[in-house]
Amino acid sequence: MTVVNAVLQGVFLGAFYAVLACGLSIMFGVMRIINLAHGDLAVLGAYITLVIVDRLGVSPFIAFLIALPVMIALGYVLHLTVLERSLKSGILTPLLATFGLSIVIQNLLLITFSPDVHSLGRSAGTLTTASWQVTSGLSVSALGILVLVVAVLVFGALQVFLSRTRLGWTMRATAEDADAAELVGIDSRGTYAWATALAVAIAALGGLFLGIRSVFDPVSGPTQLIFAFEAVVIGGMGSLRGTLVGGIALGVAQTLGAQVNPEFAVISGHLLFLVVLIARFGGGRMVLRVAR
Amino acid sequence: MLFTAGTGLLAVLLASVPLIFDPDVVQKLTTLLILVLLAAMWNALAGYGGLLSVGQQAFIGIGAYGTVFFADLGVTPYLAMLLATVVAGAISLPISLFALRLRSAQFAIGMWVIAEVISILVRLDQNLGAGTGISLIQLNQYAPNFRQAYTFWLALAFAIVFMAALFFLLRSPLGTSLQAIRDDEDAARSLGVRVAARKRLLFVLAGFGCGAAGVLIVANTLFIEPGSVFSVQWSAYMIFMVLVGGLGTFEGPILGAILLFAILQTTVSQGGPWYLVGLGATAALFALLLPRGLWGTIEERLGLRLLPVGYRVVEEKSAEPT
Repeated sequence: MTVVNAVLQGVFLGAFYAVLACGLSIMFGVMRIINLAHGDLAVLGAYITLVIVDRLGVSPFIAFLIALPVMIALGYVLHLTVLERSLKSGILTPLLATFGLSIVIQNLLLITFSPDVHSLGRSAGTLTTASWQVTSGLSVSALGILVLVVAVLVFGALQVFLSRTRLGWTMRATAEDADAAELVGIDSRGTYAWATALAVAIAALGGLFLGIRSVFDPVSGPTQLIFAFEAVVIGGMGSLRGTLVGGIALGVAQTLGAQVNPEFAVISGHLLFLVVLIARFGGGRMVLRVAR
Repeated sequence: MLFTAGTGLLAVLLASVPLIFDPDVVQKLTTLLILVLLAAMWNALAGYGGLLSVGQQAFIGIGAYGTVFFADLGVTPYLAMLLATVVAGAISLPISLFALRLRSAQFAIGMWVIAEVISILVRLDQNLGAGTGISLIQLNQYAPNFRQAYTFWLALAFAIVFMAALFFLLRSPLGTSLQAIRDDEDAARSLGVRVAARKRLLFVLAGFGCGAAGVLIVANTLFIEPGSVFSVQWSAYMIFMVLVGGLGTFEGPILGAILLFAILQTTVSQGGPWYLVGLGATAALFALLLPRGLWGTIEERLGLRLLPVGYRVVEEKSAEPT
């Protein structure tokens, strides 16, 4: 029964990773770049939400809705100022530029908010503590259900957005071939900027869940980025549905690892990621190369 | 010849540093040599192999913890340092077998995860001090000023050996193919350059070099903990030094290391995160606006070249076909 419970908790944890990874997956899908500041943007979202909660005394969910336009604008500007230029100059430049950005965000947060650990859990009220005891070894938390439902809704809405709306079509067209999209009159610059805005907004949602589920500090970003990237890779890069599955696989791997020994939680997620990488990119060809 | 004599003279001058200066100056200059070594190794990967690694701290950590491990087994500290360097280099070979199959972001973050995994494994090992860190107490058998001098000479030797290895690699016929990969990987491949084998060479060299840097870090500070020695901060430093100095130039990373060293000397004592904001912003700006870095730009504008690692059209006699 403990294993069943571990898997269930892993699904809830994994839904959170999927939300974190969603923006990363969108940006890779549309622009073929990985934003190394993605985790820090999620943490920044959590901090902005925290400030609104403190100032207005509202629940974190209301505060998040207020923070959302700020994050969308931030993503849009981020593309126009940093990413657009980096896209033009080789495959390494976006990585280098966003890595620099990641250091900047972490240390600006450090200067503004001190290294103290914060949480949105208390202000979220009874939601964080409510749970149902299904059987003696199996419990379902309200927060876990909420994150899972929101994750499925977000991924479902994105699927509809990409297949049914005009902006969704232009994103897919630009992802397919930016030059050809330009030829038929699509503004690829604007499309990229909207994709970044969407990615940053969903990253902030990940930051909200991070803050409610547990704690965060100014340097939490890189860990969130690693988990998000692992979810994207496990699910298959460029596939949005894959990212949801990949996030859940990562979550389950971590909780199952923790079942063996609490200290194995993170490392078993890493190992699943590395195994997937080896299986996908190493494998037979690797052996041939050694033999030669 | 002028270049050989100049480099030789510089090496002799540097070697006499511990005889002239105080131990704390020697310690600082050891730090500078560590930075130079790290910058050169990261540049070998990214500048010549097109491999952007955010996980070279894996080898720094293996070098540092390897030294403590061997010293605890009773090996003479300085021999333990050499062994640890060899171990770090040797481990880079199996890692390369799979890591080099990855491209750009997968490689960058894949290496980062490998560093995290090794860091967690060290934290789980009580004999290596777990999460709280461990001291290299065996070095206390030497008087402080002798210890500092030995460590400096070792740092100088490592810096010279690895820079020379990179230098002669770039000067050899292999080097021409490496520079071809730097300029255009697909074009190099289509001309028959064995890109994967060349990249492996750079990856293993950087594994040895970063391992050596880790060895020097523990010898210089006598205490390590997984949180700092496996920190991604090392990658941030390497990226800053190489980007500002000049990605893909031989001299640039040395310039970048001297700049970072100067910055660390002036601001770290005040402990403000503002300098890290500046560091990150500068790295990003150089990546976007000045991708060849300071040295690359100087070279381009003035046609100046201190070390003969490139081949120019006029030097047809020295250019060898691969």
